[in-house]
Amino acid sequence: MNDYSKKSTLIIGTFLFVAIIMAVRLFWIQVVDTSYKVTASNNVLRYEVEYPARGLITDRNGVLLVDNQTAYDIMVVARELKPFDTTAFCTIFNIPVQQFKTTVNDIYRRRRALGYQPVAVMKQAPAEYYAVFQEQAYKFPGFYAQARSLRNYPRPIAGNLLGYVTEADTATINKDTYYKPGDYIGRSGIEESYENYLRGKKGISIYVRDVHNKIKESYHGGAYDSIPVAGTNLICTIDGDLQEYGEWLMKNKVGSIVAIEPATGEILTLISSPGIDPRLLVGINRNFQRIQSDPLKPLFNRAIMSPYPPGSTFKVVNALIGLNENVVFPHTRYNCYHGYKIGRGVGCHTHPSPLDMIQSIQMSCNAYYCYVLRDILDNPKYENIEQSFVKWCDYVKSFGFGKKTGVDIPSEQSGSLPSVPLYNRTFGEGRWKSLSIISLAIGQAELGATPLQMANLAAIVANHGYYHTPHIIRGTQDSLFAGKYKERHYTMVDTAYFPAIIEGMYRAVHGGAGATARRAMIPGIEMCGKTGTAQNPHGEDHSTFMCFAPRENPKIVIAAYIENAGFGATWAAPIASLMVEKYLNGEVKRKDLEKHIRENTPVKKTPHEGKP
Amino acid sequence: MRENHNLINKLDWATIGIYLLLVLVGWISIYAAVYNETSRNIFDLSQRYGMQAIWIASALFLAIIILLVDAKFYPVFAYILYAGVTLLLALVLVIGTEVNGSRSWFIIGPFRLQPAELAKVATALALARLMGAQGFILKRKQAIFKITLTVGLPVLFIFLQHDTGSALVFGSFLIMLYREGLSGWIVNAIIFAAIIFILSILWQPVAVLMLSAIAGLAALAVRQRKTLPAITAATAIFVPYFIIVKKLFPALDIRIPHPDYIFLVICIAMMIIGAIYAGRRKLRYFRYICCFFIGSAALAYSVDYVFGNILQPHQRDRIENLLGLKEDLQGTGYNVHQSMIAIGSGGLSGKGFLQGTQTKYNFVPEQSTDFIFCTIGEEWGFLGALATVSAYLLLLIRLVIIAERQKDAFARIYAYCVLSILFFHFSINIGMTVGLAPVVGIPLPFISYGGSSLWAFTILLFILLKLDAVRWD
Repeated sequence: MNDYSKKSTLIIGTFLFVAIIMAVRLFWIQVVDTSYKVTASNNVLRYEVEYPARGLITDRNGVLLVDNQTAYDIMVVARELKPFDTTAFCTIFNIPVQQFKTTVNDIYRRRRALGYQPVAVMKQAPAEYYAVFQEQAYKFPGFYAQARSLRNYPRPIAGNLLGYVTEADTATINKDTYYKPGDYIGRSGIEESYENYLRGKKGISIYVRDVHNKIKESYHGGAYDSIPVAGTNLICTIDGDLQEYGEWLMKNKVGSIVAIEPATGEILTLISSPGIDPRLLVGINRNFQRIQSDPLKPLFNRAIMSPYPPGSTFKVVNALIGLNENVVFPHTRYNCYHGYKIGRGVGCHTHPSPLDMIQSIQMSCNAYYCYVLRDILDNPKYENIEQSFVKWCDYVKSFGFGKKTGVDIPSEQSGSLPSVPLYNRTFGEGRWKSLSIISLAIGQAELGATPLQMANLAAIVANHGYYHTPHIIRGTQDSLFAGKYKERHYTMVDTAYFPAIIEGMYRAVHGGAGATARRAMIPGIEMCGKTGTAQNPHGEDHSTFMCFAPRENPKIVIAAYIENAGFGATWAAPIASLMVEKYLNGEVKRKDLEKHIRENTPVKKTPHEGKP
Repeated sequence: MRENHNLINKLDWATIGIYLLLVLVGWISIYAAVYNETSRNIFDLSQRYGMQAIWIASALFLAIIILLVDAKFYPVFAYILYAGVTLLLALVLVIGTEVNGSRSWFIIGPFRLQPAELAKVATALALARLMGAQGFILKRKQAIFKITLTVGLPVLFIFLQHDTGSALVFGSFLIMLYREGLSGWIVNAIIFAAIIFILSILWQPVAVLMLSAIAGLAALAVRQRKTLPAITAATAIFVPYFIIVKKLFPALDIRIPHPDYIFLVICIAMMIIGAIYAGRRKLRYFRYICCFFIGSAALAYSVDYVFGNILQPHQRDRIENLLGLKEDLQGTGYNVHQSMIAIGSGGLSGKGFLQGTQTKYNFVPEQSTDFIFCTIGEEWGFLGALATVSAYLLLLIRLVIIAERQKDAFARIYAYCVLSILFFHFSINIGMTVGLAPVVGIPLPFISYGGSSLWAFTILLFILLKLDAVRWD
């Protein structure tokens, strides 16, 4: 082989080498690596979304609580943008000219990159602006309006309960592939927990587009397209009128009212005050920020999130446990010397003495329940305090305390219950006894219950010992969720013990002298109730009241909790009673009481012990 | 008649077959690349595929004329053609029209002519005439000077037109020079320089130097079986490297300003001493290694300057995109990214004729000209792309065979010029569409849309076929 043929062979070898490298590279990007195929379809496919109308929500009487209104996103196609009268445009929408000019100039500058992809220059313009815009649309080449459905509230009530609708955030979009940027999603309340019913199904049309984003044809002749399906309409258990009335009464008061229909567990009202006007959270605005920074925390749904000490209303539970454990009897009498004088002691107010159990509820004697709790905990049936205390806790839990009720709106809190480990830490193992934890007798200390849990307790008493899971949605317009809520959750206390307690609660309202809740009496309605005045380490006592009416076949139970309002009888009882009157009679005749409640705010007092 | 009959028999029909195939593939691909619903007729003159039909027809007509012209015409008129084209190159600088930033087009009515394309033909002929002359010896300094001048003149004008891609094509004559006797050392040195250039962009110069030192010493140890001097030299380089650059003994806590440069100075000083020592002992290869190392150092440290100051910003961007130093898929890297998407989405057997979505909806810019290979890759898949690459490979091998069978030096040198140019276009063009080569705006021979390039490649090829056909006369 001479030098030249060696060289020509080497040259051919080089050619072959280059060709092989190319072939390997081609094989790699065309056959092995599939990412280019994905990018190619991203390049070419354009997904156009048609948004369905969100489901409506009506109250228990079929009155609309939430429906939809149409707003308009003003879109522009950058490629079709031509010089236009910006001032006229801004006049229509009442927006600052300079800022709008900057936006438009920016879009114009990016017109090559954007192509025929529409961009929103204004989101959620109200319908009245849209009407004017539509008349003058010929002046604004490249602009058009796209309808979006927003929430509308016929009455400005139940903001916390209903929740609101907003654009899905990045975290949601990353987690759930259903949501794309710009989609709406329900937040808090019913809008969040029933999102899957309310949202319906987006319609999607897939198109093939060119490099300028111009749509060329339907992808595969529309084989993968779908039409939008409207959201499901929901029926709420709320009574709109009662909710509205309750919110009206709660003006200038901080607290919560929960009303339940005991026979079904349906929630009739769920008020957290101060509340939010749901209209303020519609669409894009700054109200959310303002509401969020309000020191009274209107977004905090007290009815299900705030664990309050139940106070004297909890005496009902201790009485029932004592009866079931056979350590006290309805006729058991205990003396009260303005309180319970053993150990640190518990104070009490002036009332006749001694009292039996029914009277003790009627007059809310603190000392009586210190005896009851000690009878329960020091029962020789149990080896030690730990054992009896665990038993007591089990009883309390069976009344729905210390655990979530399972209500169908998000963010419910479970409240708090003390436990053996907690006391072991506080007092040392084996170094605590019934006297150490005597405050539990009157519903203080480590006990925390949400207003919903307290309403649930009232429902248990009204039902003689059981409750249905409280809920807020009865069903869709086509089918009810009845099955889900049919189950009766019985407490560990025998139903036979309830009539005595009910009699006590009846007398608390109707019993005349010494009865704590006389102010709650409604002429013509047999009502049972129990007041509470809960000490609170942060300030003035909380005023609380639970009740049900009528006594036979109760239609409504109510728990009212008014923060820093003093005696249960002064604020919570009359408010609850007005609500009952409104619900059962349809109108309120006690206008003086109503006026008094409406026009006054609870007077701050210095805290002191031993109130009814 | 008989003469013509003979000509037909003597023509290399294999080459013509591949040529016709590639031209046809080009026409169909251009049709697919600019296809739209409104004008489906492939002869529609308002569309590029219609125009390409005219270019193909006129190119074939030109081919026949070239075959009919007496073969002696080409060596005789080589210099005159060269002078004429050089004049055109100069003229285009004055009265040419600027297109896409390069002033390299004459535009006369609907026709556009790019003299740089013709310059490839003329320069190839002139080189063949120069080097094919009796008594021409490549190794002489005078010969090298003449070759440099012949190639350099058109390259200079083309550079001045800002058509860097076309100018780079002339570098491919290195293949021809190698065949004609240029030392393999020079070719190797150029390849090494290119590697060092690329590595210096990617890495610290000192790392490149270490690598080149290892390569050089390994060559010394293997080829000359001089293990001991190789190890000695390695120690002489690596010990100061680790002490100065890597600060091997932190306990000493030496604070050294510019450790790279001190290291370099020490190395070069030792190299010079080593070279003098080797000169006395007549250790030739050790001298080469020293030169190699010093040369590498000079190159590695000058790359920053060349890269930052001599190259145009867009050229810098293209190199950085290719080497993965920069990812700007919407800007400078857009073309190659979209091109790879189009080719990559083709799969094994392609999306089918006129079914390429990236092609149809214009995601790849310049798709009928420089990026025409995307259409083939997307619509005909790996099999189609492989077939095209194979066709070029066969053509190039065939041209080497043709070149080697020439008795006449003029014909042989010309043939090597032709295959050098074709190889450069083929490898750089397809290389850039699949992200293996930087973006250089040169067409894919016979396939890309454009009259000037199709004419130039046709003329280039058919002059060779004519010369080949008369090789026995």
